[in-house]
Amino acid sequence: MTIRAQIGMVLNLDKCIGCHTCSITCKNVWTSRGGVEYAWFNNVESKPGVGYPRNWEDQSEWKGGWELTKGGKLKPKIGGKMGVLSNIFANPDLPLIDDYYEPFTYEYDHLKSAKESKTVPTARMKSAITGKFKEKPDWGVNWEEILGGEFEKRSKDYNFANVEKEIYGEFENTFMMYLPRLCEHCLNPSCVASCPSGAIYKREEDGIVLIDQDKCRGWRMCVSGCPYKKIYFNWQSGKSEKCTFCYPRIEAGEPTVCSETCVGRIRYLGVLLYDSDKIEEAASAKDEKDLYQSQCDLFLDPNDPDVIERALADGVPQSWIEGAQNSPVYKMAMDWKIAFPLHPEYRTLPMVWYVPPLSPIQSAAEAGKLDQDGMIPDVKSLRIPNKYLANMLTAGDEAPIISALERMIAMRVYMRGKTVNGVEDPAVLEQVGMSKEQMDEMYQLMAIADYEDRFVIPTNHREYAGDGPFDQEIAFSARSECGFSFGNDSNTGTKPKTNLFGTQTHANTLSGTPRKPSGGSK
Amino acid sequence: MAEYLNEFLFGIYPYIAIVVMVGGSILRYDQNQYSWKADSSQLLHSKGLRLGSNLFHVGIILLFFGHLVGLLTPHFIYEPFITTGQKQLLAMTAGGIFGTMAFFGMVILIWRRTTQDRVRATTKFMDMAILLILFVQLILGMLTIPESAKHLDGSSMVALAEWAQRIVTFRGGAAEFIMEEALIFKLHIFLGLTIFLLFPFTRLVHMFSVPIKYLLRSGYQIVRKR
Repeated sequence: MTIRAQIGMVLNLDKCIGCHTCSITCKNVWTSRGGVEYAWFNNVESKPGVGYPRNWEDQSEWKGGWELTKGGKLKPKIGGKMGVLSNIFANPDLPLIDDYYEPFTYEYDHLKSAKESKTVPTARMKSAITGKFKEKPDWGVNWEEILGGEFEKRSKDYNFANVEKEIYGEFENTFMMYLPRLCEHCLNPSCVASCPSGAIYKREEDGIVLIDQDKCRGWRMCVSGCPYKKIYFNWQSGKSEKCTFCYPRIEAGEPTVCSETCVGRIRYLGVLLYDSDKIEEAASAKDEKDLYQSQCDLFLDPNDPDVIERALADGVPQSWIEGAQNSPVYKMAMDWKIAFPLHPEYRTLPMVWYVPPLSPIQSAAEAGKLDQDGMIPDVKSLRIPNKYLANMLTAGDEAPIISALERMIAMRVYMRGKTVNGVEDPAVLEQVGMSKEQMDEMYQLMAIADYEDRFVIPTNHREYAGDGPFDQEIAFSARSECGFSFGNDSNTGTKPKTNLFGTQTHANTLSGTPRKPSGGSK
Repeated sequence: MAEYLNEFLFGIYPYIAIVVMVGGSILRYDQNQYSWKADSSQLLHSKGLRLGSNLFHVGIILLFFGHLVGLLTPHFIYEPFITTGQKQLLAMTAGGIFGTMAFFGMVILIWRRTTQDRVRATTKFMDMAILLILFVQLILGMLTIPESAKHLDGSSMVALAEWAQRIVTFRGGAAEFIMEEALIFKLHIFLGLTIFLLFPFTRLVHMFSVPIKYLLRSGYQIVRKR
């Protein structure tokens, strides 16, 4: 057993109002540059719909994620190593810019420079790539916003598998939910696996998956490898870019920009401890429906003394263990089982989890009364079909979804009884198998959702990164480094050990490390 | 004058070209790795790329290794097995096949780069320049085949190989082996050396990044420690 820690995220879809604030703040911080106009590290999709880029969820088209070989071994769906290399001259599984949208702007200048005319001047649309006029946009990142477009097209949604979808095209039966998406920072990332340059890596200390921009050679295999299509190829720089999980903020103990600015307060960040030796085994579960459970089995109880001891031995800082004990992500995913990974069937073991949304009770209007299942309305009568949610979150297994929805309804029934009628009904708790304390805590975290409860992020402990604690050169390496310095020093990517045009002769002793008497330059 | 020019172009220029190529590449790698990439435009336009790019790359890689082995293998190694005449026929045939592959591939690549709006808009001067230079070089190379066909004894090929071997082993008098050869060979060699010279200033640098290490990576995952 080797214990590693990761900052995971939970999104409570029940509270998402689809305002796109997360997408906009993310874009302003990370992708407001040339070549990535079309890149949305975070985007919000209206479901049902085919999403962004078009039909991304359907891996029979895009070949993202992993598959099992006949021998039961994991292999990227785009092909093993030889397969990837044989496609390097032209990648057959690469989406085209039109599967996203051709970035554009408007000819605003024309509004003030146009000559006098009978009609009001207009600012026409111009492609950001070619600079030529375009008649109109025909696809985009939120094209299906609030069920925009015909049902015929939206119903191509992959999550409709094994659902009799026709009735959901009828006005009376239609349903909708939002799905905010970002990089999943997977435990078994297929982008890392498909990168021929070895430029993509997972950080050991917090699990964030990053692309080394200096080492990326633009072979564009990661774009295909990622089943969530959350790696974007910068068409100007020729390098791939992805969600960074706002690692500079996470390192400082602050939430990601998307989480910080979420007005619905639907996002939660917290530490999960897991056994990194079992990743392959967990991702290789034979039956896709077992993948949700096999991923849960990776996570370790942060209150177990054996786990704590082992984690400390494996270099997880004490503050991270405490973080794991108070982690809202652990509570929602593991204690209460109300959060689920997005498309576990891709076998990437994603680490951004979702609480399925409740929806109005469908049959109530028709029958004039609710189907009661004991104290709780029957979740099968909810407007969003359970199968649809299950296809999205548990590879089609409805039981865990039903249990989660029941617990969320139970929370409402229980709290309504408590606050309106002044009665704490134990029967409700019993029906969903939760204790009073658990229910109170769940209410506090999900309904009240205080900032401190939503974001439990221990700061990055760089002082533990060396062989022993407080390795001076690593812990304080950045101190007194930047500014007036030799060559490419401010570059934090591939830092060449040598420099063609001279380096310092002395290491910086302000870090607290005395100069070794024998040494010259390092 | 002709002798001086011959000496400069085929005795000295090769070294200038190689030094610039090696030194320039090291400099670029050291100072500006962010610019080191394959620079694919597939995202913007993929029509014809699968055929064009594969034909071009496979063809040109085989041509490159054909030249490398053909020119630099010392005569005494292959002599026991085949005559120089046979070797010349082999070179002409293989070069003809791979050259044709690369030719059709390049026609497609040039078509998309010159006529397709999105690719054109993102094309840098050097992208276009090196593509056209390679195309001209390929045509020059193909034109050497009918020239070779005029004399099938392999003497011309041996002279060119001798030139190349003398250059890479730093022996003098290399240029003299070129002096009497046909103009088409001289042009092909000169442009070839110029491609070496331009190498570090173009996207060709991605050649140095052939991801062989990917095959040697144990497993698929990479986890970085701080």
